[in-house]
Parts: sequence; C-alpha cells; structure tokens
Amino acid sequence: MTDNSSGPLPADGPGAPLQSEAAVLAEARRRSRRSFIGLGLAGLVGIGGWRWLLSQPDDSGIPRPLRKALDANGRLSSAYFKQTRLAPEFARNRARTPRENGKYGLKSELDPATWRLRVQGYGTGQTQEFTLADIQALPKVAMTTELKCIEGWSTIVHWGGARLSDFLARYPLATRSGRPADPLNPPADLAPYVSLVTPDEKYYVGLDMASALHPQTLLCYEMNGQPLTAGHGAPLRLVTPLKYGIKHIKRIGTIAFADTRPKDLWAELGYDWDAGH
Amino acid sequence: MKQLIEKHPLAIRWFHWVNFPVLSLMIWSGLWIYWANDVYRLGWGDITLFKFFPQSFYQAFHIDHKLAQGMAWHFVLMWVFFLNGLLYVLYTIYSGEWRYLLPTRHSFREAVLVTLHDLGLYKKPLPVRKFNGAQQIAYTSVVLMGLGSVLTGLAIYKPTQFGWLTALLGGYEFARILHFALTIGYVLFFIVHIAQVVRAGWNNFRAMVAGFEIEEVDPATHRVTAGPTSLPAADASLSSK
Repeated sequence: MTDNSSGPLPADGPGAPLQSEAAVLAEARRRSRRSFIGLGLAGLVGIGGWRWLLSQPDDSGIPRPLRKALDANGRLSSAYFKQTRLAPEFARNRARTPRENGKYGLKSELDPATWRLRVQGYGTGQTQEFTLADIQALPKVAMTTELKCIEGWSTIVHWGGARLSDFLARYPLATRSGRPADPLNPPADLAPYVSLVTPDEKYYVGLDMASALHPQTLLCYEMNGQPLTAGHGAPLRLVTPLKYGIKHIKRIGTIAFADTRPKDLWAELGYDWDAGH
Repeated sequence: MKQLIEKHPLAIRWFHWVNFPVLSLMIWSGLWIYWANDVYRLGWGDITLFKFFPQSFYQAFHIDHKLAQGMAWHFVLMWVFFLNGLLYVLYTIYSGEWRYLLPTRHSFREAVLVTLHDLGLYKKPLPVRKFNGAQQIAYTSVVLMGLGSVLTGLAIYKPTQFGWLTALLGGYEFARILHFALTIGYVLFFIVHIAQVVRAGWNNFRAMVAGFEIEEVDPATHRVTAGPTSLPAADASLSSK
C-alpha cells in the first residue's frame, strides 16, 4: 500500500488555487458531454464501418474486404514459410482411423484397374498418364502426423506414399523447360500453383508450389499400414500436414499446373484459399 | 470542496473502448468456429456437469453453420485485438501507468481484504488509491490472458510454421483447449468487472469515458479527503513530478 501520509493531491499540485465548486461542476458537465458524444460518434463510426463491410460484394462466400484480409494473411504466412519446418511426427502406435468427412468427388463408381493419374505438363500442356504402380515405384515415405480438420478436430494418422516433390523430380512436368522441380533450389520456370481434381471434377483443390514440394506432402496410397479404402480416397490421395484436411483431396484424377490460384472447392464456400499451417 | 481529478489518460480510454467491441466480436466469431467441433465440457468420466454449449444456446443466438464466416472475422479482427493490446502495454510502459497497474508484494493481501470487503465481511475502509490490490491483479491478469490468447491462437493457427510454440503449449489439441479456456476467463472477468463498475457508481464509470472524477478536496492542504478512488497522476509518492 502506498504511504497515505503524503496523501494524494490534485493534478495541479498544492500551489494552484482550487476552483469554485460551481466552476468545477460546469467543467465536469462540459467535459462529460464532449466525451460521451465523442464515444457515441466513435461507436456510430464502428457500426457504420461494420455495415459498410457487410454491404460489400461477396467474394466466394464472404465480403470482399474479409477475403482480401485472408489473402494478405496467406501472403504473410507464405513469406514466413520454410521447406525445412516440419509438422511434428508422432509414435506409430498413436495412429487412429480418421473420420470420413464428406463424399464430394467420391460418389461415382471407380474401377481401380483402369484408374490413371493424369498430369498435364506445365510447359507442354500435354497430358501424361500414370498407374498406381508408377507412383509406388518412387521412394516410399511413411510418416505419422496429425490430420487437422478445419472444423477443429484432429486425428493422428500413419500415412504411406510418395513425396509429390519426388514425383515432380522424377517426372519434370511442373517447369516450362522440363527441368526437375528441386524444392530447395526451385528453377525460375517452375509453376507457382498446382491444381488437383477428382476424376468426376466434383472436388478440386489448389496448392501453392512451396507447399506442394514440402517433404511432408505426399501422393498417399496407404493409411495405417493398409491400402487406402474407397472412403479415404483410394487409389491415390493427397496428404499434407501443412494444410487443413479440406486440402487432402481424395481420389486424385488430374494434376495440372497454373500461373494463378487454381479453383478450390472450399475456398469458393467462404474458407481461406491458403488454409495453411 | 469538490474538484476535478484526472484519472484515466485519453490513450487508455481509447484502448479500453476499442478493445471492448473487438474482444466481444473475437469471442462471437470464436463461438461460430467452436460450434463446428463443440467437444468441451466440465466433468469427469461419464459425468458431465456442463456441456459447452447446450444446443439451445446455439439456436438462441444463431451460432450454427457459420464456421467459414467465423474464421474470416476471427483472422481479420485478431490484428486489431493484437495491435490494440500491444499499443496499450507499450503506452502503460511509456507513460508510467504500469506503476498503478502492476501488483506489488502487498497486492495479494490487499486483494483478500477487498474481496472480504465486497462480500460484506470486512468493515474497515479500504485504502484510497487508483487501483487496489484486487484491481491490480485482475487488470494485469487480463492483459496476460490477452497475450495467452494471441500465443495459443497462433499455435493452433500455424501449428507447423510455429511448431515450437505449439509444442511448448502442450500440442495442437491442448493449445486449443487453452485458447477456449481463456475465452471463458474473459467472460468471467467481464461479469465481475460489470458488477464492480455498477457498484462503484457513476463517478468511477464516467472516468473511463471523460477521464476525470469529482473528488472532495481539502481546501487547505489540497489533499483528496473523500471519494472512492484517488488520483494517480497526482499521487506524490508515484508521480514523476
């Protein structure tokens, strides 16, 4: 506690004469009126700004200023992004089966024997087809990471597959010149974006190239030691702990490369295009 | 003799009144987000004392099915919340206001007396100061909670890029629990704060808008002789004058 003997003093100190009570109360009224009107106006400005924001044209499910802010956040986090920062890995025995959340893109019949991964070359524009065996011939990577749903839940899952970066190094389709896409030393003519679409084109995802080439971004064909089930995206799905589950497209049909952000199903419905971690 | 006594600097009043709607909207948009995976409860084993939140709560306030909008608002307003809080802390350091706000070694004992006094169990008058021990603890805690919300929020917003922070806060799931618990903390703070502001009366409330209080001052010594709180800016033992 403070020393009360010295006592609190008015702001102008003991030297200045005190004002008469009438003058004090008049000044109190004047200052109160000014301050409350000021606060009220500030409140009105806030409400006006809010209404203006809500009146702005819709940009993919949210008012345009909010979309711009989400995109600015995405640029900031892309600037901070590093290939060497890895999502944490967990003990294999903590892996569980995640929820199958939604069937967009999975509703048609699929014959695994005739399925092919179609990849459109960035430079050539020509489509090249791959079998699951082609993907499985690449170095197999296994990792136990957290699958984080944008809804808020997360499940630890053991994934097996090939790095997308290994695929694009082996099959150099992501550069104009046909040079391999080395993630640590990306060629200047590397496409900035990757598009992934289901065979029926009902589910589609866009990825920035840095995330696509991250060492934990997999073309995944195994979950918890078993081949993918249909509900979890057989024969081939994307897994990247850098992004929410909405980006983990199941049953990949076509991969293509783009100069601008490819369309993304959930980003059209109000979610952040980047949806990244 | 009644005199105007300066209490809250203009900057602090602005920080306070900007924070109030912004934090409210952060909580509101946070509820829109939380609804999509509303798994928390108070209880143990199979016994649930309280579920966050009952279905009727969501329906009454139309909180359901707004995850995308909730995230959009949350990730825009987080900047205002963060910058306003940062400027507030910097201002308290720059202006010296921190001296009235930070608890001292006496604050905890005083906070107990204040609590007993407010419950009607301690009858002697409390010390006359800008902020008593209970207030110092509450106002400092709520700023630390703000820092906690920013850090736990960052940990669940960018759990890979800030993996070290997420790990430090007990992992993704635990950081999310902390982020939620802090929100409940703000609501509890708000309830007590409003009750105390109502109890303290108009003179005290007006100071957070207009900056001053009207106090009884001894014409001879110019010392504040009565009033619920006194002047920090004039407290000789603390003033830089």
